[in-house]
Amino acid sequence: MKESDFIYLDNAASSWPKPDATWQAMEHFMRNIGANPGRSGHRLSIEAGRILMETRDALAELFGAEDPLRICFTRNATESLNLAICGILQPGDHCITSSMEHNSVMRPLRSLEKKGLEVTVVPCSSKGELDPQVLEKAIKANTSLIVITHASNVTGTLTPVNEVAKIARKHGVLFCIDAAQTAGAYPIAVEEMQIDLLAFTGHKALYGPQGIGGLYVGKGLEKELEPLMQGGTGSRSEFQEQPDFLPDKYESGTPNTVGIAGLGAGVRFILSQGVAQIRAKEQELTRLLIEGLQSIPGVCVYGSRDAERQVAIVSFAIRDLSPSEITMELDEEFAIMSRPGLHCAPAAHQTIGTFPQGTVRLSAGFFTTEEEIALALEAVGKIAARSRKKGIAHCTGG
Amino acid sequence: MVKDKQAISYGVVLFQSISSALRAEKLLKKVGIAYKLIPVPRHLSSDCGVCIRFLTENESQIKKALAGKVEIQSFCPLLLSP
Repeated sequence: MKESDFIYLDNAASSWPKPDATWQAMEHFMRNIGANPGRSGHRLSIEAGRILMETRDALAELFGAEDPLRICFTRNATESLNLAICGILQPGDHCITSSMEHNSVMRPLRSLEKKGLEVTVVPCSSKGELDPQVLEKAIKANTSLIVITHASNVTGTLTPVNEVAKIARKHGVLFCIDAAQTAGAYPIAVEEMQIDLLAFTGHKALYGPQGIGGLYVGKGLEKELEPLMQGGTGSRSEFQEQPDFLPDKYESGTPNTVGIAGLGAGVRFILSQGVAQIRAKEQELTRLLIEGLQSIPGVCVYGSRDAERQVAIVSFAIRDLSPSEITMELDEEFAIMSRPGLHCAPAAHQTIGTFPQGTVRLSAGFFTTEEEIALALEAVGKIAARSRKKGIAHCTGG
Repeated sequence: MVKDKQAISYGVVLFQSISSALRAEKLLKKVGIAYKLIPVPRHLSSDCGVCIRFLTENESQIKKALAGKVEIQSFCPLLLSP
């Protein structure tokens, strides 16, 4: 299935390759169905509607949600997080988040802060780890939402969401997790874990295309959650007011049906492989990567440096070289795809001590092989060796 | 084979949205009850333009299959015009 002249280690940005079933489902929709789901009563419209339903069912199964209609489609995790944050929080409310968040959490919060939202950013350790007890101390009378990443897109560090969920439930505070880097790659059970809102995207570990994502809306929350958009839903069409039931309340206008078709195929692929199996494979690849990088002189690895405590994301630096230089050499000389810089998460880099220069991020996926990891380590070794000949300096952080 | 169409008695389940209608379809397929997705008849008003038609004799089976699992607007008899 996978034939390429390059090594793709940027799965945290977008996964590649996708299973054949993903693009085949998209092609099937475009060639054979094409209609607007659920609007017209004809067989093609109904068939398109079935694609949405099957994808919701697969996602509900993956996330341990009983009611698939609580899975509302959005464009991506950023839109889902904006929906959760801007839809719940009011001026005068208090929101708690962590210092490892992506800008899709920080930017909406900082924007609402200017309009009267109180924000507490709970500091994480220099390895990117969150202490739930420190978070609990930040809760006060007007705290209405806790928004936390499930795993950092910079260091891969997993957040103890089970503990945070218990704390949130104990204090009657809503709990939203950013599962952009964990959905499909790490076990999630929203009802068991008592997660109120879960934001996910389709094009990373769910092996769908770009342009589709979603938000799981916990029981009863549709009463409190304002939609980002309002418009035609194909339901209650005699009324000029937005429906108040799921998923219609949050799904106005024609959806990305072709994207949903691809996402459905991706999720079914994951269910057939098993999240535990996917996790085991990626954890082993990450372990090899961490150990290999740490053994290269001049290389500094960030985060917990423990494959069990993170997803398949590793950030590193090489002394005397900028991340952009390193990624350019990796790409041009070794055909290895990686991502340099701040990864849209300046707060995380400030936490681990790599601001403003950033790091090089390597992220394996289910289709990455041990051979590719070995080749990547060899390449980093060569780049680091060249740098060593130039001079001595200490790398920071971690 | 039926000679007299008026001898067959149908009912319809109305839904608030296509998502509910398709959810119901899946549940009915699972238990093997005969049904058909049809446009909502003119004389009935519904939040969603498609409904599920069933044989009246299966109504209690259908109610059992869907109860608590999907949002239903209402059950109505389907009166065929002579």
